[in-house]
Amino acid sequence: MHYCGDYRTTYKDDMKIFQTPFVRVWMALFLLFMLAVPFLASNYALSLVTQILIAVIGAVGLNILTGFTGQISLGHGAFIGIGAYTSGILTIKLGVPFWLALPCAGLMAAFIGMFVGIPSLRLKGLYLAIATLASQFILEWIFLRWEPVTGGSYGLILDRPKIGSFVFSADKHYYYIVFGLTILAMLFATNLVRTRTGRAFMAVRDHYISAEIMGIDIFKYKLLAFGISSFYAGVAGSLMGHYLMFISSEQFTIGVSIQYLAMIIIGGLGSIIGSIYGAVFMVLLPEVLTLVTSKLSWIYPNISDFILSIQDGVFGVIILIFLIFEPDGIAHRWRLIKAYWKLYPFSY
Amino acid sequence: MDYFVQLIISGLVIGSIYALVALGFTVIYKATRVVNFAQGELLMFGAYVCYAFVVQYRVPFVPAVLITMVFSASLALAIERLILRPMIGEPIISIIMVTIGLALVLSSVVKAIWKTQIRVYSPKLFPQTTTDIRGIPISQEFIWCFVLSIILLIIFSLFFKYSRAGIAMRATAFSNQVAQSMGISVKRIFALSWAIASVVSALGGILIGNINGINSQLSHFGLKVFPAVILGGLDSILGAALGGLIIGLLENLGDGFFKIYLNVSGVKEVAPYVILVIILMIKPYGLFGTEEIERV
Repeated sequence: MHYCGDYRTTYKDDMKIFQTPFVRVWMALFLLFMLAVPFLASNYALSLVTQILIAVIGAVGLNILTGFTGQISLGHGAFIGIGAYTSGILTIKLGVPFWLALPCAGLMAAFIGMFVGIPSLRLKGLYLAIATLASQFILEWIFLRWEPVTGGSYGLILDRPKIGSFVFSADKHYYYIVFGLTILAMLFATNLVRTRTGRAFMAVRDHYISAEIMGIDIFKYKLLAFGISSFYAGVAGSLMGHYLMFISSEQFTIGVSIQYLAMIIIGGLGSIIGSIYGAVFMVLLPEVLTLVTSKLSWIYPNISDFILSIQDGVFGVIILIFLIFEPDGIAHRWRLIKAYWKLYPFSY
Repeated sequence: MDYFVQLIISGLVIGSIYALVALGFTVIYKATRVVNFAQGELLMFGAYVCYAFVVQYRVPFVPAVLITMVFSASLALAIERLILRPMIGEPIISIIMVTIGLALVLSSVVKAIWKTQIRVYSPKLFPQTTTDIRGIPISQEFIWCFVLSIILLIIFSLFFKYSRAGIAMRATAFSNQVAQSMGISVKRIFALSWAIASVVSALGGILIGNINGINSQLSHFGLKVFPAVILGGLDSILGAALGGLIIGLLENLGDGFFKIYLNVSGVKEVAPYVILVIILMIKPYGLFGTEEIERV
């Protein structure tokens, strides 16, 4: 869908991130708004935005692996856990500063992610999904049982990062770290999918045999996708750990992996912007549910207990509805809506 | 030594339940190529429905089991028609996510109706006494559970081998198009395979519920089924049965071994998945699975 007069005569034009000046201006305004959020928002809203941003990093990572490369991972939650624990153990037990622990968390997750990705050479589709499921359970078990290192079911207490004597203890200040890293993550991902590597990912997803015939080293790119995706997960985990200042094995269960998969399906598989929509949707969903029930508890006093017990069910129903009626996710639907209004009222 | 014999026996009992659930999983996978992550929830649902009839409505056990079977079959038919039918031809990730979504919905329905505390069938199906076999006391419900599961497995394998519907199901598993051109209604076969899978799982749920009681943890059987089916080969019914038994045995023996000699507890939760990873590394198509070969 192009604007009138927006002709693209070169490939370079077609691959621009900002297609029109209009988009560029909107983006600048949006970023300014995001920078101002800590001053405008209440504490509650700020915590939601921070959670969304962390979820965005994780979701973009999973989308690179599942959406762009077509490798299903049911172990994303555990990779996030690896990041959180690596960063936690480095800062608490070894006294490494956060700024060094953060990339280490990413690298550690990437290393383990690539190790889990090794079977993807021989396995695909269903088998790979089951292999990652198994690694999720094994890692979860290690988090819980390796008590001297991970703290077991007691978990670990973490600190907020600091520069010199300045500690990012206020949520306001921590927000800027998360925001900056989210921008970096988005930029890297958006550019990644425009490069040779990104195109190779998509070729592996669309038809791996043809990809191999065209000289793409499938194994290398699959491993690379696992590595990049888990790196994102590790960074998201580290940020999550230092934000909540507490980590325990219950935060990285199979449920988290499913939640991230739901994010990218609801947002749009193989769409960077879709990962954002999905993350916003999934983080806000439980909040909206509690809000609605607290309003309704007026009329039906027991409803909030009931809704709490079926929260997972609501989540499941939403996954089903999206898969059956809108398998391409919010990103696709949003494009359709935009196209409709652009031509309104003469849509034919 | 007695301790290990006990472990072997309880391993075989748990394994026979795995085998039943794995049978259901394989039947669905073979016919429809759908990976059912909701198999454990079907088991749990069956166990709870039977509980409702036996304990809450005071129906005698055998009619209650029959009602449960009808109920599970209709639930599965509804699921197949409403949720899985629109997904035909979608990529595998969508199908996996659909069954995961289904699992979430089913388990929260169970939680909403029956809450989370553990429930026990109050007139138990099997006698509670123990029998001595060569001086080792074995609870009778274990024997009953094991024998009934094996009988069910045999009935179903005979059904697939000799009955008309079973042969039609195998034909559909071989190729949908060929089956359709031979006059087999593929839609009906898809529905039938879901119904069979659901009924078998529900029976497994009732059997294990008689021994351990029922709560929402029962759905974990659905996840333990993956090691079993991968070991047996995803599309082999005999493999599923054997795989279930072997995984049940290894899980219990491994747990006992680590507890006694290395003082590590909780190996039971992770052992099946470690075995799963090892099988995937060495022999990804399992003991009896069809090997797919692709070359560039």
